[in-house]
Amino acid sequence: MALLARRNLFHDRVRFAVTLTGIVFALVLITIQFGLFLGFTTTTSNNIDHSHADLWIVFHGVGYFDTARMFSERKFYEVLSTPGVQQAEKYIQNFAYWKKPDGGVENVQVIGFHPGSGLGEPWNLVQGDVLDVKREDGVIIDDLYKRKLGVQQIGDRVEIGDHRARVVGFTHGIRSFTTSPFVYTSFKNSLNYTRPASREDQLAYILIKVAPGFTPAEVQKNLHARLTDVDIYTAEEFSRRTRFYWMFTTGAGLAVLTAALMGLVVGVAVVAQTIYAATMDHIREYGTLKAMGASNRYLYGVLIEQAVWSAVLGYAFAMILAHFIVQGSEKGGALILLPLSMKIGMLFLAIFMCIIAALVSINKVTRLDPAMVFKG
Amino acid sequence: MNSLPWTKNVIRARGLSKRYREGATELRALSNVDLDILAGQLTLLMGPSGSGKTTLLSILGCILRSTEGRLELLGEEITSLPEKELPRLRREAIGFVFQSFNLFPTLTATENIALALDVRGVRGRMAGHRAEELLLEVGLQDRKDAFPADLSGGQKQRVAIARALAGDPPILLADEPTAALDSTSGRTVIELLQRLAHHHGRAVVMVTHDPRVLPFGDRILHLEDGQLVGEETAQPAPAIAQGIPPAMVNTGLSQKFPAEF
Repeated sequence: MALLARRNLFHDRVRFAVTLTGIVFALVLITIQFGLFLGFTTTTSNNIDHSHADLWIVFHGVGYFDTARMFSERKFYEVLSTPGVQQAEKYIQNFAYWKKPDGGVENVQVIGFHPGSGLGEPWNLVQGDVLDVKREDGVIIDDLYKRKLGVQQIGDRVEIGDHRARVVGFTHGIRSFTTSPFVYTSFKNSLNYTRPASREDQLAYILIKVAPGFTPAEVQKNLHARLTDVDIYTAEEFSRRTRFYWMFTTGAGLAVLTAALMGLVVGVAVVAQTIYAATMDHIREYGTLKAMGASNRYLYGVLIEQAVWSAVLGYAFAMILAHFIVQGSEKGGALILLPLSMKIGMLFLAIFMCIIAALVSINKVTRLDPAMVFKG
Repeated sequence: MNSLPWTKNVIRARGLSKRYREGATELRALSNVDLDILAGQLTLLMGPSGSGKTTLLSILGCILRSTEGRLELLGEEITSLPEKELPRLRREAIGFVFQSFNLFPTLTATENIALALDVRGVRGRMAGHRAEELLLEVGLQDRKDAFPADLSGGQKQRVAIARALAGDPPILLADEPTAALDSTSGRTVIELLQRLAHHHGRAVVMVTHDPRVLPFGDRILHLEDGQLVGEETAQPAPAIAQGIPPAMVNTGLSQKFPAEF
């Protein structure tokens, strides 16, 4: 069975190449779409996921990271006196204009944090020191956006919201899901750059580290008892809400998933067509096998083995290609993730796709009349 | 099936009919055929095109079911057997030889035979060894690694016969096996089929249009318009001499047809 399956599959090399091309195309398309989806979801919540905070306090009704609404600093002091709170830090996120040295303007997302606190700081710092943002005009940006923001090195001067700023460090790989790059600076500097409308309400978030012996849920409950007009989320909850908002409320994720689904449909169609064509080319052989007494199960075995061979080989080529695309994407604005779990999942998806594609041929062979072998 | 006691009468058909429906029209391919096929004999089925030879061969080979009548194979009544049982019968009791060989072009001679063994659950070294034995039996041991495209017509048919013998079936059904062959190859093939009947006790049924094979048949059945219209028996034939029912007619065929192919 195995030998016949392999020989019939590999015999016509041109057709097999077409089959493989179809599978590879479909799998690469699906892999990249899923990788983009995964990259997008990770990107939307990366500031929360790397914040090292256990709890996030936001203005009531703010459901996700990128829409900050300011609230009073008084709440910060209430938080500090709440049982179970080991550390609380002010945090701000707001949009501002970035005037490039050559005069061009870009929109950026300014992140204000307390340098040295360990909460809400930028990560993957490849140049400079995070404490340098304590300087009156110090900012850190990601090196992916050097060209977009018109800077090249530490020391380059720009303007943010009509205030001077100087690049003091670079991170690597912190992408923004919106088109506005993140600019990290001290909380104090960020107030200059973002200019909150009210002098009273100058906080967007409070990041909390829970004291040893307390669970985030317990502290969350304590905070709820003291604070009004705010929502208190665990970091995981806030991250999930942010990802869900961007992926499903905006339709961005749906578009990516739809493209992945289209890849699956195209893949099934291409593989089904090629396996069916191969089956029809060998239909007399299947008739002969039936006349010889081969059971339908035996014939299915031949077809499914062909499908599995096609899937495994197509998968191997697809993963090599996807690997290069993912590598290429690391220098671009869109993050494509290809974790091991997804690679394994893609193998099963490839096999599933090819077996589904083989069903058309299985149906044909099941209905095949072995008496056809007597027709010259 | 092979474990059943060896019987002289390996196929017994009574009142076999086959009707096809084409739109409103009913076509009668076979009509009330009574037939006994005996082990150790080469039985030839002859008749003009459309006379029902292939339909009869298909029914005897459990590939097609009759519309009416009763069919016994090695003493087992098969007319009432469920459809899913028929492949088992074909695997265990019947070997097929086709006019156009129907070899698998991507497999070598040995692999073609091994595939027939694989269908029967025999695999690995045992299958390879048995395939080589069968190739030796048909005189093609030196062509074991050849692909069908590299074999002559006669060699292909001999490989096909070796493949048909893979399950050691008591019945061999051949559909015009010499039609596509030159006279030398045709003679080799018919002699091989005759030897399988006479020396190995197999029942060989062969549909043919080829008058050159007539001298090799022990028995000739004539079909016309789906009916069995005549039967001739050659004399002497080894199996006949071993106690064939007296109803058979000896027409002295060996004198009516040329001795040379």
